[in-house]
Formats: sequence, structure tokens, C-alpha cells
Amino acid sequence: MSENLYRDLAWLPRMPPDFDARCRSAAEAGEALGQRVHSLASYALDENALARLAKVIGGAGARGASLAPLVPFRLGIVSNATTHFLVPALIATAARHGMALDCAEADFDQPVQQALAADSAINSFQPAATLVALDYRGLPLRPSPGDSDAASATVAACLRHLDTIREGIHRHSDAICVMQTIPRPPEAIFGDLDFALAGTMRSLIEAINRGLAERLVGSSDILFDVAGLAETVGLAQWHDPKLWNLAKVPFSNTFLPLYAEHACRLLAAMRGRSRRCLVLDLDNTLWGGVIGDDGLDGIVIGQGDATGEAHLELQRTALALRDRGIVLAISSKNNEETARLPFRQHPEMLLREEHIAVFQANWDDKASNIRAIAKELSLGIDSLAFTDDNPVERDLVRRFLPEVAVPELPDDPALFSRTLSAAGYFATTAFSAEDRHRAEFYQTNARRVALQSQCNDIDAYLTSLAMVIHFRPFDDTGRARITQLINKSNQFNLTTRRYTEAEVRAIQADPGCFTLQVRLADAFGDNGMIGVIICRAIEADWEIDTWLMSCRVLGRKVELAVLQEILHHARRRGIHRIIGRYRPTERNAMVADHYLKLGFTALEQSRDGSSSWRLDVAAAPAHATPMEVERSGFASLDTDEVADAR
Amino acid sequence: MEMANIYTALTDIFHDVFGDDTIVVSPDLTADDVVEWDSLSHIRLVLSVEKRFGVRFSASETGKLKNVGELAGLIQTKL
Repeated sequence: MSENLYRDLAWLPRMPPDFDARCRSAAEAGEALGQRVHSLASYALDENALARLAKVIGGAGARGASLAPLVPFRLGIVSNATTHFLVPALIATAARHGMALDCAEADFDQPVQQALAADSAINSFQPAATLVALDYRGLPLRPSPGDSDAASATVAACLRHLDTIREGIHRHSDAICVMQTIPRPPEAIFGDLDFALAGTMRSLIEAINRGLAERLVGSSDILFDVAGLAETVGLAQWHDPKLWNLAKVPFSNTFLPLYAEHACRLLAAMRGRSRRCLVLDLDNTLWGGVIGDDGLDGIVIGQGDATGEAHLELQRTALALRDRGIVLAISSKNNEETARLPFRQHPEMLLREEHIAVFQANWDDKASNIRAIAKELSLGIDSLAFTDDNPVERDLVRRFLPEVAVPELPDDPALFSRTLSAAGYFATTAFSAEDRHRAEFYQTNARRVALQSQCNDIDAYLTSLAMVIHFRPFDDTGRARITQLINKSNQFNLTTRRYTEAEVRAIQADPGCFTLQVRLADAFGDNGMIGVIICRAIEADWEIDTWLMSCRVLGRKVELAVLQEILHHARRRGIHRIIGRYRPTERNAMVADHYLKLGFTALEQSRDGSSSWRLDVAAAPAHATPMEVERSGFASLDTDEVADAR
Repeated sequence: MEMANIYTALTDIFHDVFGDDTIVVSPDLTADDVVEWDSLSHIRLVLSVEKRFGVRFSASETGKLKNVGELAGLIQTKL
């Protein structure tokens, strides 16, 4: 992913396999065309896919169909090169940014004539903005190596050329000019000396770009730093001499999606559509590890460790964004006190509570939390971007809050910061002193807000995850992982009893013990072993000695499925009652009500917070769970279950 | 690569580039047979072929192609 982050727009979700079919059905659909197009544009589309989507959008325009809620935007384009490929790429990409783009192209290679004529194709179109897409071949660039007087004259002439175009467009239309910097060609004449010597292409283009940037400050026109973009992906990749020779295509079509994305970001920023708030996950996003399980000493953050530095880099980026006025918020599945601990006490943390406007740490779904954050800050949902390492959380937020920008993240945290930056959610066209203090206006010292309502379609969402839960008694293969979970899990752990591998082997062999190792797979892949259960038979009862689960699968009704499984086996063995115990520790407060929520009756509750609970096997109701159940490896007593096993 | 495999891949590329799943890709297919196949979409076609097969063509090679049969032949010499 890293090499092609920019070229492939890797922060966007991959194109679905049925993209073509969805384009066709969108073209035929009468309703919600705007939403469909917007949703199709949200993927990482290559050039051909952009062209296909542009055709759907163009077809709608031709038959007068509404593209609402996409906002109309009229764009003129003047260039010294072929803009034929540019237009469909821009139209489809603009839909990603909530705009229905209508383009007028100036006649090929006539930028000045078109700008100066009142009745030209672009001026009479009355665009909101005109893209002045000149490259180095469209300027009066005459190299004069070693002659600094001639070089100054050339730079002045080129800037005058650009000014003439801008003035013409302003005289004859109300359009804002979007002016491109010039990517220099990679070919050198002297070698390294090209950079030092006045009058080389390299020196001239550098001076022109700087001069252009300076004269645009304070004007109503906008700088589009195409030179910076080309350098980011590599000038030798950017310039394709064959394409120029063949058809005067100004840069490699490989980068058309990237170019269009950057152009449309600017247009969206002109319309005030850039993001204002960054919502961050904590565990394995802002630091390595899980604070609830690993503790303050166990999480990885800070210098001296490659993973720690990677997460620190993301914090540094977040802080830099805050310094320019982007509001920071937290959404994490954690106990609040635990989640705040690193912000208060970890010496290596760059982010502190004072930097966070809203701090949502609880066990509810993130869509509800993000909605609460937006409400608290009085920002539109479409002003938020959300960064989380967990693909399930990302997918849930995308489904329930499609307006929120959610970047795909690579597995390696070293690339988190770069990916977030490449996504460009916070692009703006100007920066003022007021912006610098905006984050503080929103600040109320990491407050927490109450959740308004839960997402009511969570069940449908969980079903769509296509979860498969697999139960198996302890065995030799699973023992190492079982022992690891028993000794590592802190949060979702009812009794926090630690056992050595030898003890686990003894439990496995003990006929008085009923055990489960629980695995979960879903549409995103295999989560591996996510739960461990040990029940000890006491006469006709089972006492749950150990019930622990990975916090990663919380909120997915896995605990309900595990209870069903325990009951299933209890019935077959003639067990009357299930006894559950909760033993409080510093870290397992989140499961204090575990048995209550599962319908157990309280037997006793002690002053130290521990409690015991009872469920009658015969009276326990059956619950439907949004997952497929598989089991294997159970003893011959369960021969009637062989059919269930895979 | 077998010629049949080249045609299978070319069929996908033609459908993708021209946005038309009804195009039947055969050796004697020419630009005259496909409405959208003009000099500019020809460039998109060539770029898509280069990407799919991991080959590069020069301007003179792609300029003198008369039909799909010649394109397929050119691809095979590069693999």
C-alpha cells in the first residue's frame, strides 16, 4: 500500500466488484440518483471507473434528472494541453466531494485567446471557477543558462503571461482562477548544476512557481500546487513523454484520479466543504496496545521504539492540525477513567486532555458517539473525519454516517500519519489568525456528552457482518493461546483467574470441567480466538469459573451467543443451574453488570463489589443472535451435534 | 501466454474502457466497429492494456495497429 498510497488513493475504500453493475442501475434509477452517485464516487476509482461514473452523471444532466443533494458547480478549463481526459475524471471526483460539476473546455492550446475574448467558450459559460491548467510547455520559457539577466526577463515574461490570462478571465466573467504551479521536467542539462545556475529550466520554473504563489496571496484566486503533487509521486513518473508526443497529454494518466481529487478538494474548500474536526480512536491508533488490558506501562508510545514512534507521529500530526484550527475529539471503546489515564499520566504522550474538545470513551457504538460529538460542537456531521485502526468500526461509521470521512488505514502504524495527510480532509484555500485559535473556541477541556440515541439498525448491520462463531472444547492445539488469553485479559474478564499452561492442561483433562474456546470470523476476516469459558460442575450446577472475551468483538452480541452455547451443553448434560460470579478488579468494571444483562438473578452482592448470579437452565429463554454457529470437537455425549459440526 | 487468455483479458479491458459489455472482441474488430473508439479513447485503451499485461508500447507500435488481431499479436511478442 505504501508505495502507491497517492497514486491509488489508498485512503479510500477499494472499488467493489459490482461497481459496473451499480453504475448501470444508478443510470436507470429514477430516485436518489445524487446519493447513489455520491456513494459510488466514494471509492478509490481508477481512470476507467471515473469515466464510467462520469457517463452516469452526464446522462442524468442530459435528461434533466436531479442530482441533489450534490451542489452544482460550473468550472471552466483552459490549457495548453489535451483536457479531454481531465473532464470525466473531474466530474466523477467532484461527486465524491458533494458537487455536481459542469465543465466547459476552452479550445485546445488557446489559453490566452480564450481568456481575453468575452464570448469564448469559457467566459460565456459563466463559471464559478476557471482552472488554468498550464504546464511548462504552455509558457514562454527560454532557457539561458548562466545569464541571470535573461533569466529574470524570462521569469517576468512568464508571470506576465499568467497575469494576462487571469486578468482576461476576471474582466469577462466572475470566475475565480485556479492557478497551477508548474511541475518541472526531470531532465537535467548540466546535472546537479541545474539547480545552482540561473536560467536553467529548473531555476526558471522554481522562480515562476514562487512568483505565482506570492502574487496569489491576498487575491481572490487560488493556488493549485501541481508541482508539489508531481514531486510527491515522482517527476519521472508524472511526466510521460510518449503521451505528450502522441496526444499532448500533459502528465501520465495514472495520476489522473489523484490530480482530479486534489483539484476537487480545492473546489470543495472554496465552497466551505472541508472538514473541521478530527475524531480519533485510542487503542492501536493513538498508541500501540490496549490501555484496558496492557495498562499504563504496557501501551507503546514514544521515542525509542519503532511502533511507539509511529503512533507518536500520528499524535504530532493531530496536534499540528489543532494548531491550525482543527478541533480534536476522541471516540474509544473503553472505560472513561482508563482511557484518560495516558493523557494525564503517560510522560511520552504529546496529546493531553487540554487538546481534546470532546472525549467519548464508553462501550456504545461509535456512530452514536460521533453523532453526539458533532452535536456538542454544533458542527455538521459532514465536518468530521474519523480515524480508527479497526476496519469493523470504520465500516460501521461509514454505513451509519456516510457523511463522515473515514480513511482506510494500512496495517503498519508507521503509515497512519502519512495516510491521514494524503487524504487531505482539511484542505483550505486561506489561513487567518482567527483560524489559528478556532480549536480553542470549541474547547471545553475534554468534556463528555450523553448519548442521544442508539443506532436502531445495529442488528441489521451485525447481520451484514456475516459473523461465524465457532465453539470447541479446550484441546492441545489451542492451549497456548488459551493460556495467553487467561493471563492477559483484564477488561472483559469476570473473575480474572490466572492459570499456568499446566493448570489449563489439567482443566482440559478434568471430566468435571466444561470448557469452550471461542473463535469468531466475519466479513473482514478471521478474528481468531476471542473467548475462553471454564465451567466447573458442582453437583447439578455449573459454576462459571472463567468467562473472558476480547474487547475487539464487543457490541456484537457475542456474549449472548456464548451463553446460548453454555445452555445448549448444560441441557444435554442435565445441568439445572448456571452460577456466575463477578470479582471486581481495577480494570473489569465494564462487566460488573454482565450477568444482569444476560438475565441472571442475583444471589448475593458483597460490599467489596463482588457478586454471584443464578440462571435456571430450564427457564432460560432462547435468543436469536446475528451470527452462524459452528461447533466441533465435543465428546460422544453430543453425538446428536455431529451434524452441526463442519 | 495463450492467445485465448489474451483475448479473455482484452474483452474485459474493452468492456471497461468503452463502458459497453456487449462488445465482442475478435481479431478482425477495428475502431470503425466501436462507436466510442476514437483517437483519444484509443490512448486509454493502450494504457489499460499496458497496465493489465505489464508491457510498454512505443508510439510507432500502437500507431500502426490495424485491428485487434494485430494488438493481440503485439502483446504476445512482449510477454
